[in-house]
Amino acid sequence: MALGSAVVNTATKHAAGRQVKVVTMSIGKLRQVVPDSLSFYFDIIAKDTVCDGARLDINIVPALLRCDNCKKEWEPDFPTFRCPFCADSKVTVLSGEEFMVESLEVEEDEPCTAPQ
Amino acid sequence: MHRTTIKVVEDALDANTTLAKANRSDFDRSGVTVVNLMSAPGAGKTTLLTKVLGDMKGVRVGVLEGDVQGSLDADRLAHLHLPVVQIQTDNGFGGECHLDANMVRSALPDLPLDDIDLLIIENVGNLVCPAEFKVGEDIRIMVSSVTEGEDKPAKYPLMFRACEMVIVNKIDLLPYLDYDLDKFNYYLDGVHPEVPRMFVSAKTGEGMEELRDYLVGLATRTAAPATT
Repeated sequence: MALGSAVVNTATKHAAGRQVKVVTMSIGKLRQVVPDSLSFYFDIIAKDTVCDGARLDINIVPALLRCDNCKKEWEPDFPTFRCPFCADSKVTVLSGEEFMVESLEVEEDEPCTAPQ
Repeated sequence: MHRTTIKVVEDALDANTTLAKANRSDFDRSGVTVVNLMSAPGAGKTTLLTKVLGDMKGVRVGVLEGDVQGSLDADRLAHLHLPVVQIQTDNGFGGECHLDANMVRSALPDLPLDDIDLLIIENVGNLVCPAEFKVGEDIRIMVSSVTEGEDKPAKYPLMFRACEMVIVNKIDLLPYLDYDLDKFNYYLDGVHPEVPRMFVSAKTGEGMEELRDYLVGLATRTAAPATT
C-alpha cells in the first residue's frame, strides 16, 4: 500500500493540478511488487486526488544480470545471483530493479489548438 | 479538453530516498552508526537486542522501535536504561508494515543523537516491504530464525539481497526441526553470494559474544574517521 501511495504522490506532483487519466510504470521483475495488488491499492489511494479513476499501466521489465568477471549476460529464472558460466559472485544487475513512473496521460483544461 | 502525455521517468520512491539521505546526513553529523534490523515477525530481533545491548563495551547505544501498535518491544528494553523511542505505524491504512524514511525522521527529535554512537532501528517484522524503504541506515542486518524454514532466501530474495549481514537465530532448536542448514546456505548464496552470516541462539547465548563484537565493531568503524 505504501508503494501505491508513492506512485500516487509521484504522479500528483508531475500532474501539477491536471486530472490524470493514465499512469504508466516500469517495474522490474526483481522487485517484490505484485502488479494486481499495486493496482488495487493505487485505486483506493487515488480517491480524492487528481489520480482518481486513473488507469495504472504496468510494464514488467525482465531481470538481466551481467557477470563482472566473464562479462556474459543472462536472464535468471530462479533467484540466483551467481554467474552460471564462470560461477563468479560479482554480478551487476542491468535491469529488473525498476520502480519507475515513466509517463502520465493528463487532461488539459484549455482548448487544444493542435490538430486532433 | 484534450489529453497530453507527460514524460516523468522518476523512481516512485525518490521522495523516500531524499528523506533517507537527509536522515543519513543528520546521523553522520552526530557521528552515529545506524543499523536497520529487519526480519519476519517473531524471528527474535528484540530478544537478540536484550541479550547483547546490556554490555556494549563502552559503545553508547540508542534504539528506535518500529511496530504497528503498542510499545511491548520498547518495554522489554526498558531495564537496559538506553534511550529507546517507539514508533507506531498504525496511523496509516490499517497500520504500515514497515518503517519509511519519513517515520524515522519524525522520531529524530526524540533521540539524543549527540550522546549515542550506535542507533539500532528495529523495523516492523515483515520480509517484504522493509527491504523497499531505506531509512538512512549505514548497514542492514537481517535476522532469519530456523523455525521459518530454510527456503526463505529463495522466497524473499529482495530482503536477503538488501542486507550486509544475516543472523540465523534459534539454532538451539535445530535438533527438533527438519531444517537443512546446508540448503539454507545454498539458497542464501544463490541470492546473495558470500554475504556474511552468523549462527546464533539468543536463548542459549551461543554466538552472542560474536554478535556483540560485530555491533561494537560497526560503531567504532564509523567513529574513527569522525575523530580525524
